[in-house]
Amino acid sequence: MHNFEFVKPSSVADAVAALANGEAQPLSGGQTLIPSMKARLNAPEVLVSLTGIAEMQGVSRDGGALEIGAATPHATVAREAASHFPGLAGLAGQIGDPAVRARGTIGGSIANNDPSACYPAAALGTGATIVTDRREIAADDFFQGMFTTALDEGELITKVRFPIPGASAYAKFLQPASRFALTGVFVAKYASGVRVAVTGASEDGVFRWAEAEAALSSNFDAEAVAGLSVPANGMISDLHGTSEYRAHLVRVMTQRAVRAAS
Amino acid sequence: MPKVMMKVNGAEAAAEVEGRTLLSTYLRDLIGLTGTHVGCDTSQCGACVVLVDGQPVKSCTAFAADLEGAEVTTVEGMTNPDGSLSVIQQAFQDYHGLQCGFCTPGMVMSTAALLAENPKPSEEEIRHYLEGNICRCTGYQNIVRAVMAASGQDAGALAAE
Repeated sequence: MHNFEFVKPSSVADAVAALANGEAQPLSGGQTLIPSMKARLNAPEVLVSLTGIAEMQGVSRDGGALEIGAATPHATVAREAASHFPGLAGLAGQIGDPAVRARGTIGGSIANNDPSACYPAAALGTGATIVTDRREIAADDFFQGMFTTALDEGELITKVRFPIPGASAYAKFLQPASRFALTGVFVAKYASGVRVAVTGASEDGVFRWAEAEAALSSNFDAEAVAGLSVPANGMISDLHGTSEYRAHLVRVMTQRAVRAAS
Repeated sequence: MPKVMMKVNGAEAAAEVEGRTLLSTYLRDLIGLTGTHVGCDTSQCGACVVLVDGQPVKSCTAFAADLEGAEVTTVEGMTNPDGSLSVIQQAFQDYHGLQCGFCTPGMVMSTAALLAENPKPSEEEIRHYLEGNICRCTGYQNIVRAVMAASGQDAGALAAE
């Protein structure tokens, strides 16, 4: 790995100032970034660690919403969100393995927007708000395709605010080598309707399945989506599964999520 | 180069590091604790797992500079104060929970993390928790037996595979 300058600020303001240098990148848990740097897919000149910033840590309830500091590890979310928002805690507890969950963070996952990552499904499936150092971005506007987000250069996610649904669940079809989702579906039921977000399947990254949302909003039952399907065109096809297989999994995992949430 | 201090196995450690110095490098090359094994060096095998502030961490996937002041436990820190094997280590020996032994430090440390969180895990919970630790000898059956024994449970009663 190429060497770099390591800095560890203790406030968001100092981190943003350090990131203003165009050659600097933020480092959160590093569970994706460090392997990428070893493979020389990424070679920042400066790494700005976010692990020493107290205001970016923790899980807190604010009325009907759960706010999670961007540098909060998955293991902490799995533990501390469980009584408030079990669907989200269940998702966090399925990411990677215990050592990955001890370091990897929600902000890192959402900022990276890997097309097979779990957290983007929860953010989009709840209509979460991505809070940065300078603005608030609705999840519907945030995810803009594989590894692409609405974040500007040097902009830092500081927390994510999830409206807590009446019922929710994440159903993940595990790709057992990478431990990412071969296909994962997050379903959330609100008084205003049901949201369904799919990760791991589309070449455009996480997406909402509008047809299933409409069907489940009128009848929150796994059978309500039994006759629906998504087109295989545009689904990821690789050695783990064809696009047709992933399209099939979208419906199956949606049904499993609805059953788990009911 | 900046000096990074940690408490490793209860003792103060200090070493000068580059930005890119991994925790595994710090432990093995800079302070001489070679019990932590680096298997894949790509975050996949879990051989390098150590405890950082009580949590299991892949030491090949964390920068030493990010862990200033951390409390780290490696396999060298697992023995009892008199130097005898800890309950977990003894169970791995008694139940032959290792073949070549390369994955063992990571297995032992992940087991320590599991039992701290869940003192009497079921067989399924053990297999689930250790999914980030790969044994390329495929000696999982005896590893799971060892963890059952280390947690004071009947190690003979594994589900048929």
